[in-house]
Amino acid sequence: MNPALQALVTIIVGVGGCVGYFYFSNQFLDKVLFPAKGPNIARNITRANMIRPWLFLMPALLALSVYLVYPVVETLRLSLSERLPGNESRFVGLANYQTMLEDAKFWEAMRNNVIWLLVVPALSTAFGLLAAQLSDRVRWGNIAKSMIFMPMAISFVGAAVIWKLVYDARPIDQDQIGVLNALYLFFGGTEPQQWLTKLGWNNFYLMAVLVWIQTGFAMVILSAALRGIPEETIEAAIVDGASPIQVFFKIKVPQIMGTIVVVWTTITIVVLKVFDIVYAMTNGQWETQVLANYMYDKLFRAVDWGVGSASAMVIMLMVSPILVWNIYNARKEMK
Amino acid sequence: MANLKLTGVQKTYGGSINVLNDINLDIQTGELIVFVGPSGCGKSTLLRMIAGLETITAGEFTIDGQRMNEMPPAQRGIAMVFQSYALYPHMTVRDNMSFALKLAKKTPAEIDAAITKVAETLQLTEYLDRLPKALSGGQRQRVAIGRSIVRDPKVYLFDEPLSNLDAALRVATRIEIAQLKESMPDSTMVYVTHDQVEAMTLATRIVVLANKGIAQVGTPLDLYERPENEFVAQFIGSPAMNLLPGKIVETGDVTTVRVDHGNGVIAANIPSKPDMKGAVVNVGIRPEDMTPVTGDNYAFENIVEISEALGEVTQVYFKRQDVNSSPVIAKLPGIHRDVRGQRMRMSTEPEKIHLFSEGVSLLYR
Amino acid sequence: MSGIAGTKSSLTWAVHLSLAVMVLLWLFPTTGLLVSSFRTADQISTTGWWKSMFASEQNLTLRTAAPDYQTTQDGNYVIQGNLFEGSAAATISVWGISSRAIDDYKAGDTAQLKKGGTVTVEVNGDYLMQNTEAFTGKRGQRIFATAEKPPEFTLGNYEFVLFDPSNREGLAKAFFNTLTVTIPATIIPILVAAFAAYALAWMDFPGRALLVAAVVGLLVVPLQLALIPILKLHNEIGIGKGYLGAWLAHTGFGLPLAIYLLRNYMVGLPRDIIENARVDGATDFQIFTKIVLPLSFPALASFAIFQFLWTWNDLLVALVFLIDSTGDTTVMTKQIVELLGTRGGNWEILATSAFVSIAVPLLVFFSMQKYLVRGLLAGSVK
Ligand SMILES: Nc1ncnc2c1ncn2[C@@H]1O[C@H](COP(=O)(O)OP(=O)(O)O)[C@@H](O)[C@H]1O
Ligand SMILES: [Mg+2]
Repeated sequence: MNPALQALVTIIVGVGGCVGYFYFSNQFLDKVLFPAKGPNIARNITRANMIRPWLFLMPALLALSVYLVYPVVETLRLSLSERLPGNESRFVGLANYQTMLEDAKFWEAMRNNVIWLLVVPALSTAFGLLAAQLSDRVRWGNIAKSMIFMPMAISFVGAAVIWKLVYDARPIDQDQIGVLNALYLFFGGTEPQQWLTKLGWNNFYLMAVLVWIQTGFAMVILSAALRGIPEETIEAAIVDGASPIQVFFKIKVPQIMGTIVVVWTTITIVVLKVFDIVYAMTNGQWETQVLANYMYDKLFRAVDWGVGSASAMVIMLMVSPILVWNIYNARKEMK
Repeated sequence: MANLKLTGVQKTYGGSINVLNDINLDIQTGELIVFVGPSGCGKSTLLRMIAGLETITAGEFTIDGQRMNEMPPAQRGIAMVFQSYALYPHMTVRDNMSFALKLAKKTPAEIDAAITKVAETLQLTEYLDRLPKALSGGQRQRVAIGRSIVRDPKVYLFDEPLSNLDAALRVATRIEIAQLKESMPDSTMVYVTHDQVEAMTLATRIVVLANKGIAQVGTPLDLYERPENEFVAQFIGSPAMNLLPGKIVETGDVTTVRVDHGNGVIAANIPSKPDMKGAVVNVGIRPEDMTPVTGDNYAFENIVEISEALGEVTQVYFKRQDVNSSPVIAKLPGIHRDVRGQRMRMSTEPEKIHLFSEGVSLLYR
Repeated sequence: MSGIAGTKSSLTWAVHLSLAVMVLLWLFPTTGLLVSSFRTADQISTTGWWKSMFASEQNLTLRTAAPDYQTTQDGNYVIQGNLFEGSAAATISVWGISSRAIDDYKAGDTAQLKKGGTVTVEVNGDYLMQNTEAFTGKRGQRIFATAEKPPEFTLGNYEFVLFDPSNREGLAKAFFNTLTVTIPATIIPILVAAFAAYALAWMDFPGRALLVAAVVGLLVVPLQLALIPILKLHNEIGIGKGYLGAWLAHTGFGLPLAIYLLRNYMVGLPRDIIENARVDGATDFQIFTKIVLPLSFPALASFAIFQFLWTWNDLLVALVFLIDSTGDTTVMTKQIVELLGTRGGNWEILATSAFVSIAVPLLVFFSMQKYLVRGLLAGSVK
């Protein structure tokens, strides 16, 4: 079948199926199972209303359990077992983890991930805060914000292409077509640099891509938070003689600390999952491996499900504190 | 055609927050019952239990003898008007009014007829195709009322329907509601407000709620003239009734009291039993009943601390002898210049005096 | 702030300046891609794209028409035409007829040809060769010109990438495949999530708080964990790799955010309105479809944009659940990654392909930015 047609059919079947399910299951509940008439009307309606939430929730719960809850459990199981021929598997305890811990590439990925975790959220939040603060003070601020926010819409792969062009290097006797090298030579560099293969530094050139993308996100959220600060507190500080810098760091920043933390953790999660950028730009070569790409390597290139799953569990472990923290906050808020 | 009866009704939120206890109330067909009470005393909660929007923790609620506790709101034959109007913002006025009728599977002709009639009565005809956001506050209020009328319910429930309107509109709409009630003598209405003027002007009977229960039920003048307890006495009437501590010196058909900070004795047209002699009571006098006297028998004497000239009356404030109590207030008819700083003696007629022992009126003892 | 007396204007300038620098910095890389996609392979590899915006001085080697095209006028043999025929126009400043003296003549001058006759070259490249005898030879006269070339752009790359049937790496198919993945993967989760969100926001049932907490938790579960288990599952139940698997996976992975966003929005709807509908006799199903859903439009739009951008830009899910060994179902992101490997130097193809793939998201971004921002705020400021 033509994929476009198949897509159309899927939309119709999918949407129709969902609507139909919700409609008819409700009808069934109200008309057949517990009809809202007759002598037991009150009891029937009460009962129907006890069941209805679950009707509404069922498709979502099903999808969530199959696509998110089950994988967590299954990945844990896979990480503790070894694949045998014929779809069999055998429990091997922590052997996969041990293999992984002895793999130098894993430690490289860990080290890089830690650097990513330190650098990207910090820079994105700082730049975002700066952009938010600056753009709220000029009339063309909205246009500026739009431009800085724009990379959010660009795929990591697209961003990789964009930045590869920035990092491009040509032989010394040709015109440089990568901006970075052109600038480098303009400011006195002697030789064009292969930025992405420069060990140690190249990680930062990859991180720049993510910072470029995430700054807009940080800016949008922080800008809203800055606007939410009661004007009076700022005016009071000005009357008290605070300089603009002092107002910013002593009055504004403390008041939006909660939002800064939210932005920081959100970007942290993005960083932990970052895959496409590394995959497309260096594929982990030249010591730029990160966990998500390491895992992909193990799963689909080395076809080593055990170690692959073990490294997936490491990622899970690293997001867990944030997961717990989020749940804790959500519960607090619901009370 | 709807008798509402609450028997021993109780409400507890979340298993521990007790809001209302042992509410017993009988509402007759055609009555307009007003729930008043300070904010947070459970008026809305009681109304919402009648509507079916809150479960009744204990006790029974019936309409025309039929138990309603488990009945969902739509099956109770009620309509409700919310303080926020709760208009559906994405529907025109017409759609707002027809929503319930469509759900009830009325024919388009019936729906049209009902809406046309109600829109005319409420002067909404030219706004029928507008969205709520294009209406003024007063118009939105009328749509909310109109929306309940088209359904022709047995019972109307209003939860502070006027408190989002400005003062002038509030008076106008209050009068409209009174007229509406008159035009529908068979419908029963329950009206929640914290505004005692609304309560006094609209109600057939007022239910004063306080301390998780009913403080008193009665006609507006009942509550004013014969308050059952100090709470009702002070809640109804503005400024609040003055309560002056005193002792009973003579019992009988007429009770004679001596006020602690007054002089001599004053008589009240309230009977008392002989064993009350010597009892400590609070003597209640409404500010508008306080009159200056010259003789030696008076309820209160002090220097006027503040005087407020309102035109038709002058309100004067006296400091009490015991500093912590609220000031004693008197409303003197007409204009009185230069009363500030004067020493005045105040008293009132025997039939204007209220007596409370341990918070409860002697009338009901 | 601006109304406060005594605000230093130097500070205002510093603000404008720093912001402008930041905006340029953020815009520059994307602009590079966009500009490059309109340049020929030659142009891209010889000059930086930032130079293409300005007219550039170039030394050109041009040729007049061959003697075959000569005509006679008033007894003279004449060849005339324009040196830039068939290519973009330029402005000639100086020129010459020998490679050793390329700036002998100014525009408008006339030069004596060695083989006899004269040639005149005008600023715009018009030339006139005249001789009393016939010109001979096979090829035209070489002219060395120093010319100011205005910026020159081409749509050729787009034609090649999108419409050239001989281009096996063309993007047209991948474009439609991406679209095929994206649309159902955006619509279905919205529907499923909306019902669940309503239940979690406005229905009372035991375990509700727990479920909300669970959704918040699932929000951060990395989808990396799902790759192998779900692939295995898909294979076992016969879905295998393909669109259906990708749609289902995107639905599953998108649901936590969808439910979370929609529930947060729905909880904020006025309680009175929903209770009024209940008094009016609406069932939960009717309240949902007639009241809550229409009022939740902004939240629905926000999530739709998120999910659209996410599925359109996705690489991982496509790699794992969609693209089989035939490659028939390849999506744009995958194809671009492949181009990066095989055509790493062909910037005109890379840039154009990349720009084709980001054009749709950018369009969505600029037209629906309001909803995107709202969604972001609802999703994180809590
Ligand atoms: N859902 C609830 N959970 C717990 N307490 C509630 C809830 N709703 C109302 N209350 C409490 O019940 C009391 C009565 O509220 P309400 O009936 O709204 O008062 P009012 O007389 O002002 O209308 C208040 O103290 C309020 O805090
Ligand atoms: Mg209330």
